[in-house]
Formats: sequence, C-alpha cells, structure tokens
Amino acid sequence: MSLRSPLGRVRGLGSAKEGVGHWIAQRVSAVGLIVLGFWFVTAIISNVGGDYATFTRWLSNPGNATMMILTIGVSFWHMALGLQVVIEDYVHGGARAPSLIAVKLVSFALAAFGILSVLKVAFGG
Amino acid sequence: MAEFTLPPNSRVKEGKTFKAPAGAKNVKAFKIYRYDPDLGENPRVDTFEIDLDDCGPMVLDALLKIKNEVDSTLTLRRSCREGICGSCSMNIDGGNTLACLKPIDEVDGAVNVYPLPHMPVVKDLVPDLTTVYAQYRSIEPWMKADTAVSANKERPQSPEERAELDGLWECILCFCCTTSCPSYWWNGDRYLGPAILLQAARWINDSRDEATGERLDQLEDPFRLYRCHTIMNCTNTCPKGLNPAKAIADIKQKLAERVL
Repeated sequence: MSLRSPLGRVRGLGSAKEGVGHWIAQRVSAVGLIVLGFWFVTAIISNVGGDYATFTRWLSNPGNATMMILTIGVSFWHMALGLQVVIEDYVHGGARAPSLIAVKLVSFALAAFGILSVLKVAFGG
Repeated sequence: MAEFTLPPNSRVKEGKTFKAPAGAKNVKAFKIYRYDPDLGENPRVDTFEIDLDDCGPMVLDALLKIKNEVDSTLTLRRSCREGICGSCSMNIDGGNTLACLKPIDEVDGAVNVYPLPHMPVVKDLVPDLTTVYAQYRSIEPWMKADTAVSANKERPQSPEERAELDGLWECILCFCCTTSCPSYWWNGDRYLGPAILLQAARWINDSRDEATGERLDQLEDPFRLYRCHTIMNCTNTCPKGLNPAKAIADIKQKLAERVL
C-alpha cells in the first residue's frame, strides 16, 4: 500500500522528454515503405520465371541492390518502432524494459542479416 | 501484462428483479450494475421494470425514479440534469454518455447501465475519479504568463485567437472519453487520456498563455501523450460532440513542429 498522494503518483518520475522522434520516424518509415513496397512487388513480378543466375545478376545491379537494402532496412526499422508500441501498450512491470531491448536487438540483427545477404550476392559472393 | 479478464471478486452476478407496478402498459427493463463495498459481495446486476408512461424521457429520469420509488440505496452522481455538469456520466447501452442526455427510447430492449468502464468503483454507478482529477491537476490547467497584465487589467485576445479555443473550452470533464479509451484502460496510471489531453490543448492553444513550450515539454513522453493511437473512441463517445482525438493530434503536430 502506498500513501503517496495521487498527484505525486501521477507526476511520477516526470516527462521522458522523448517520443516525438519515434512518432516522426514511424510516419516517415511508413511513407518510405509505400514507395519501397511498390518497388519490391514490381521487382519480384519482373523476375518471375527467371533462373538463379538471372536473379543474382539482377541483384548485382547497384540500383537494385540499393533499393533491396533500403527495403530490408526500412522494413525492420518500421517493425522495431511498431513492436515497441505494442510492448509499451501491453507489457507491464519488470518485463517491459528487457522486452523493449530484445525487440530492438532482434530487429537490428535481422536487418543486418538481410543487408549482408544482399551485399554478398551483389559483390558476387 | 495488461489484464483482459476481471479478477474473481469483480465478476458480475445476477441480482434481484423489481417488477413493474400492476397495470403498467409501457414497461421497460433497466439492468443496473450494483456494488456495495460494505457487503463484501461481488457486484450484481439488478433488474428494475419501469412504467415509461409514468417516467421522464431520459435515462437519468428513470434512475431517479428508481432511487425515489423503488430502491433508495441506488447510488449515482447527478446534478444539473441538462448536460452541463458532467456528473451523471456512465455506461448506458454499451456506450459512455451522460444519463441526462440519453433518451430512453434510443435504447432497444433492456437498458443496461454500468459505471464508467475500467475505473475503481466506489459504489453502484459512482466511479473513483481520484487519479483522473490528479492527472488534470498535473497539466496545470490555469493561465501562466510572465508579462504584466495591461493597465485595464485584461489580457487581450483577437477574435481569431479566441476561436482557437472553440471545441476545447466546452469540455465538462465527464470523462466519458477517457474511460472509453483502451490505451487508458491498459496504461491509465501513466497515460493522461483524452479528457486531460484535450484540456492540455485548451491551454496550449490559448494565445494569452506564455508557457506553451513548458506545457509541451511536460507532455512529450511515450506514456503521457503517445499512448494515443487515434482509436477515436473518445470522439465517438463524447456527449458534448467534441473531438479529443483531434486535440491530441494537434499537440503531436506542435511537438513535431518544434523539431522539424
């Protein structure tokens, strides 16, 4: 039981002075994904029926590789931002902070893996 | 984790039924949430059959008729009976509204009446609003200005500047919006909720106030402000027809403006 006043509880530790960056990033990455998503679908359709060699040659093109890296990077960035919101909404107590950190790390790891895979193909690995 | 089920001592049980008087022709059932902390029992839903031919048109009329004539222990807040004091806010027919503004004939079948959702219940239809009042206090809802007042003791404001407050000053703090917001249900200890954020916008938008930046500083927080996900329940349920979701969006926009 706490005898702290309601106002004291509400003020708590004060404002985090943080959140606007996340809010802007969520919107910017969403708009970016509209463009990149459209490019990605078009690119995949244009490669339908092609063999492995044709596709690796296509992905070796610097323009295609850049767009693919951007698609992967922005997708996982947006995913990390979105999952952060889900955790903040629903995970309470001591599990919140580790969950937030885990989501960030997993998202970065998946993005790094995807980007490195594209680079490997692009540089003829 | 957020709690999605009621704890055992909050599960609502079937209560008593009070029949309509003999000879009543226009009968409507009111199923009302009852909870008395002194009894140490679970909450229950009592059914009151009311003769609408002998009752005023609004849900509040029926509740007061029940309190006056059937069961005087029925506990509710009410004052002005015309939608200006915000006391009789409750959940009627599944939506938060003011009992005094809700016509009985808008409800098909039995009228379900519950207290505002997800707040601690003091008794029957009376929720504990302690936290939400403290949250209101926390945004410092008063004029803050360092400039000395003019010789005529007024702080001038143009008609256009005054118009910025329309849609904000009309709020009566009934908390229908705040208690309809799922984000407030899950994080009401830290999220300020739509009613308080609309009040914050009322002071942020006031051209006479000189603490706009300080107010925005206090709101920039993942929980205080950014738990709003534009669910829009607040706007949907406001009995005064206000738009708290837009007020919150305006605050977010102002915060973005200062960094972009």
